Amino acid sequence: MSKVNSIIHVKDLWHTYPDGTTALKGLSLDVSRSEFLAIIGQNGSGKTTLAKHFNGLLKPTKGIVIVDGVDTRKTSTSTLATKVGYTFQNPDHQICCPTVEAEVAFGPKQLDLSEEEIRRRVDKWLGMLGLEGFRDEHPFFLNKAERQRVTVASMLAMEPEVLVVDEPTTGMDWKQSYAALDMLKSLNATGKTVIIITHNMRLVAEYARRVIVMLDGLVLIEGSVEEVFSRSDILSKAFLRPPQVTELAHKLKEFGVPPTVLNVQQMHGILGRFYEELS
Amino acid sequence: MVKAVQVKDLWWKYDGSQDWNLKGINLEVEKGEFLAIVGPTGAGKSTFCMCLNGLIPHNFMGTMKGTVVVSGMNTLEKRVADLSEKVGLVFEDPESQFIGMSVEEELVFGPENLGFSKEEIKQRMEQALDIVRMKNYLNKAPYELSGGQKQRVAIASALVTCPEIMVLDEPTSQLDPVGKAEVFSVISELKRNRNVTIILVEHLTEEIVKYADRVILLYGGRIELEGQPKDFFKEVDLLKEKGVFPPQVTELGYLLNKSYGASDGNLPLTIYQAYEEITSTLKKVSSRCQK
Repeated sequence: MSKVNSIIHVKDLWHTYPDGTTALKGLSLDVSRSEFLAIIGQNGSGKTTLAKHFNGLLKPTKGIVIVDGVDTRKTSTSTLATKVGYTFQNPDHQICCPTVEAEVAFGPKQLDLSEEEIRRRVDKWLGMLGLEGFRDEHPFFLNKAERQRVTVASMLAMEPEVLVVDEPTTGMDWKQSYAALDMLKSLNATGKTVIIITHNMRLVAEYARRVIVMLDGLVLIEGSVEEVFSRSDILSKAFLRPPQVTELAHKLKEFGVPPTVLNVQQMHGILGRFYEELS
Repeated sequence: MVKAVQVKDLWWKYDGSQDWNLKGINLEVEKGEFLAIVGPTGAGKSTFCMCLNGLIPHNFMGTMKGTVVVSGMNTLEKRVADLSEKVGLVFEDPESQFIGMSVEEELVFGPENLGFSKEEIKQRMEQALDIVRMKNYLNKAPYELSGGQKQRVAIASALVTCPEIMVLDEPTSQLDPVGKAEVFSVISELKRNRNVTIILVEHLTEEIVKYADRVILLYGGRIELEGQPKDFFKEVDLLKEKGVFPPQVTELGYLLNKSYGASDGNLPLTIYQAYEEITSTLKKVSSRCQK
């Protein structure tokens, strides 16, 4: 049985690709409704393979994946696409229409929706993602961060419950990366479940509430972002390191600095209490 | 001594672009120097990289003013093929440079065209694959590889020609933290052991401070800031305003200095430096408390 509040329930999931590579080796996990989850792990640990099971792009070789009450093996990918949106690492792998507007309308057009509803969704999400001015542009005239926003808009136009974003910030600079994550955060605040896959630990620390660390097709550790990042010993097994300030906090343990510091401002506040006594 | 790179008042505008993409760049890079370039998207970083091996102006439509001389060769006077013997370029998006149907084809393409012997190509290829940990992937098609693996192959294909200058445009954006660290250490070994000149575009300032001799900020087609890492990253406000994030410990040091007074004006660049500085302050606090 899946947990009451879980929107995705994965049990003993195995996946073997046609070339014989086994990418998932009996993995189990639950994703709660409306949570902000990050999946991290080294290249080849199975993150993307797992994520593609959430919307049925891949089906289990063994084990089960239940999404919003339905078994992905018994449900078509097009039905699952209305529940779980997925954006690829490389936006160019999914963009297929000659204009930004057509790209965003592509998904909703496959659903049984009125013209009016399709237009409403396209207008809404182009506006939300600041793409209004690019409506008639060919997506390939946009830069990478803008193309990434097009794929996110296309996903959101399907109005799914769960958003799975694979490497949302590749090719973006810091300002764009923070803007992309702010957008996901505000969608999460409206009740959407957000799952990000990323190598950027600083963004994980500042945005995710729960973290799953994958290693070799299995979950190595999971917990709140504070719990996971305070375990440098386990992270190093997965070839990962917490953000720089968190690592610094671990080193300053003897002075009473908590190992759960996640960003520069927190650290500044904590050290400030010591420094004030000096001045 | 001949400089590795000499750029004099370089201007470039793509056809169809409203404004100049590069606006009067002046830059000299010494042989064996490790130069890092930072700046937001659209600053002209990739455009500048393509000027260094002649892809600009030879393969793009646009207007160029000024001169670029690499290894003593003026890029206007030489073909890209001649320049690429001296300058290896690794793109951010490896797919944009793949031409072969297998990793092996991809790697032998450069050295074959430069006329190396079969034995030498084999030896260089094995060495390059060893460095990027891709030895067992020789027969894989590039499209079967993950994003991180593709980037490794792109780096290996630049390594096989053993260029004097390596220009790397965000070469590790899809690699995991350990993969990134490995690539940076490989790059810095090339500099140390073979005196290869490195020009690296990178957002991860925490890695830059470990390896770079000098950093430049490119913004709106101009060099806005230039210096050794310890001086360059002191400009925390300016950098953040321009979309560049200094290492977290540097930003922390900057905030602590601003709120509680500077120790000596130097900001920490690494965790170790931050630890040393903060513990010495904290020890003062605790000894005062004991009195």
